[in-house]
Amino acid sequence: MRPQRSTARVLLYVLLAGMAVVYVGPFVIQIATSLKSDPDASAHPISLVPHPVTGAAFRTMFGGNPTDYVDFPRWFTNSAIVAVAITAGRVFFDSLAGYALSRLQFRGRQFLFLAVLAVMSVPGVVLLIPKFLVLQYLGVYNTYTAMILPLVVDAAGVFIMKQFFDTIPTSVEEAARIDGAGVFRTFWSVVLPMARPALLTLTILSFQGSWNEFTHFLVSTEGPEHLTLTTGMANLFTGALGGGQKFPLKLAVAMIATVPVALVFFLFQKRFVAGANAGAEKG
Amino acid sequence: MSSGLRRREGPAGWVFVTPMLVILGLFLVVPILMALWVSLLRWNTNDGDPFSGAGDFVGLGNYKHLLVTDGLARSDFATALRNNVYYVLFVVPLQTVLALLLASLINAKRLKGRGFFRTAFFFPSITSSVAIAIVFKFLFIGNGGINTMLSWVGLHGPSWFNDGRGLFWIWADALGLVDLAHPPHALTAHSFMGLSWWDWVAGPSVAWFAVILLVVWTSSGTFMLMFVAAMQDIPVDIDDAALVDGATGFRKFWHVTMPQLRPVLFLVLTLGLISTWQVFDQVFIITQGNPEKTTLSPAYLSYSASFTGQDWGGGAAISFILFAIILVMTLLQRRVMRERDRPSRRQRREIAEIRGTA
Repeated sequence: MRPQRSTARVLLYVLLAGMAVVYVGPFVIQIATSLKSDPDASAHPISLVPHPVTGAAFRTMFGGNPTDYVDFPRWFTNSAIVAVAITAGRVFFDSLAGYALSRLQFRGRQFLFLAVLAVMSVPGVVLLIPKFLVLQYLGVYNTYTAMILPLVVDAAGVFIMKQFFDTIPTSVEEAARIDGAGVFRTFWSVVLPMARPALLTLTILSFQGSWNEFTHFLVSTEGPEHLTLTTGMANLFTGALGGGQKFPLKLAVAMIATVPVALVFFLFQKRFVAGANAGAEKG
Repeated sequence: MSSGLRRREGPAGWVFVTPMLVILGLFLVVPILMALWVSLLRWNTNDGDPFSGAGDFVGLGNYKHLLVTDGLARSDFATALRNNVYYVLFVVPLQTVLALLLASLINAKRLKGRGFFRTAFFFPSITSSVAIAIVFKFLFIGNGGINTMLSWVGLHGPSWFNDGRGLFWIWADALGLVDLAHPPHALTAHSFMGLSWWDWVAGPSVAWFAVILLVVWTSSGTFMLMFVAAMQDIPVDIDDAALVDGATGFRKFWHVTMPQLRPVLFLVLTLGLISTWQVFDQVFIITQGNPEKTTLSPAYLSYSASFTGQDWGGGAAISFILFAIILVMTLLQRRVMRERDRPSRRQRREIAEIRGTA
């Protein structure tokens, strides 16, 4: 029994270590390559030691000399503007709607909730052409409005908030209402503060989702002015430099683009885990 | 008293949901109807406003071109469908098995470094698909990292993203069943939807398989977490009883753990079925449907037909056929999950505990 046990233990750790290499390895190679010269990157694609070490990729990105194919500061700024606006919108509007669907008595509430469930199951990729058509029709195509407005409410977020409000006891808000506070006041100063954990989860998931959003920006904008990190990278990867060139630069851009979400992830990992399992609940 | 308070809630309720109604209506419901109309037109962006008469009304013509009429539109669509079917058949089982394996590894008792491993396996799931795609493109280029590692064990790797040969062809050729240079006449002579039987049975191309590996690698972390959550729900007494009976290792996993995981297994499989029909980003970034259209997906085809080919009617029609496919998968899932909604073992245990203390 004993020796068998310890062999199993060793096997377990060997397997885990091997898997960890498979999952972490690509990121390590990415970091190493971002510090390589172009010839070094193609001659030694998995060497983890850049030879020579060069900051050329980062100088191109931040050098204050934006070229037509990489304008990193603009992409980053656009991503930040859009992600912050969408996150703020979602946190506010999703909780408003989630609260109404959970708590307020009004005719049609049940139907609206079913509609939210139906909307949640509309796959994003079939909306590419529809979104382009409506943005053109409204005359807002290729504006920040087109990038932000369609995403400031998401059905999945409304659902998460509704489920959360369902778990809060009604007694506190009823007391506030009896004291004469209006519906919005009760929501704002009594209910929302109690919803802090759910709001934090929603904030983090919204930020991650809008920072990584690609297809919506692809169909709502054109030209260099409104490029975000995702559409900017897509241009860089598929445009004139689409082939095997300039991998250190491309991997450096991809790496810095990942940093904000990675930071949020390492700070609030539990929220992401909660989010993944909320996905399981809504099934 | 209470009814007096409730009376004020009607208007408030509608005010609270108004932003949601406006946004989801304007940018989800209305656009779908607009695209449904455009799918009945022959229209491009130079024709003017399609909602005040521009473009030729062709009825179901665009759908017919995709499904019935012989031509490039139909054979491209058939190719995209074939590619996506193989994609589903490979990604769904692979990511499910991998997620299950990772979950049972990090769920081992008295494991050191559990947090590190969970983070490592989950991290790719939260990063940008665009950023990850470029990393994989770098790893899989002809003289890239993957082929370098293959050469260490004496293998000569393919030039992944440029290789359009079907995996099933290559395997059959290796087994001596067919000769790749001279495909069997019986298969090349017949065709369905403009695609020869030989092409239908190709399997995923080498390039498509590299995309499959990328997606399996990225998505397994999320599903791993679902399995872990379900494993932690398994009552300890079941575990102990199995140990007393002498069941260990794989036998215990198969006969004791697996039956408990059935609901979450169904969930992971059906979520996989829904998401794999939507593959787009990786195609856009890495392959654009090449080589030989073996990485074309319906989602990418609808985009490129419209935005690049200016055939908006055709592109919209592809979207709606894809929508119908995904809808069927979603209904399937809702059906399977309804069976799951019977109270879970944990809930039953909690109910029993509450009753016991009451």
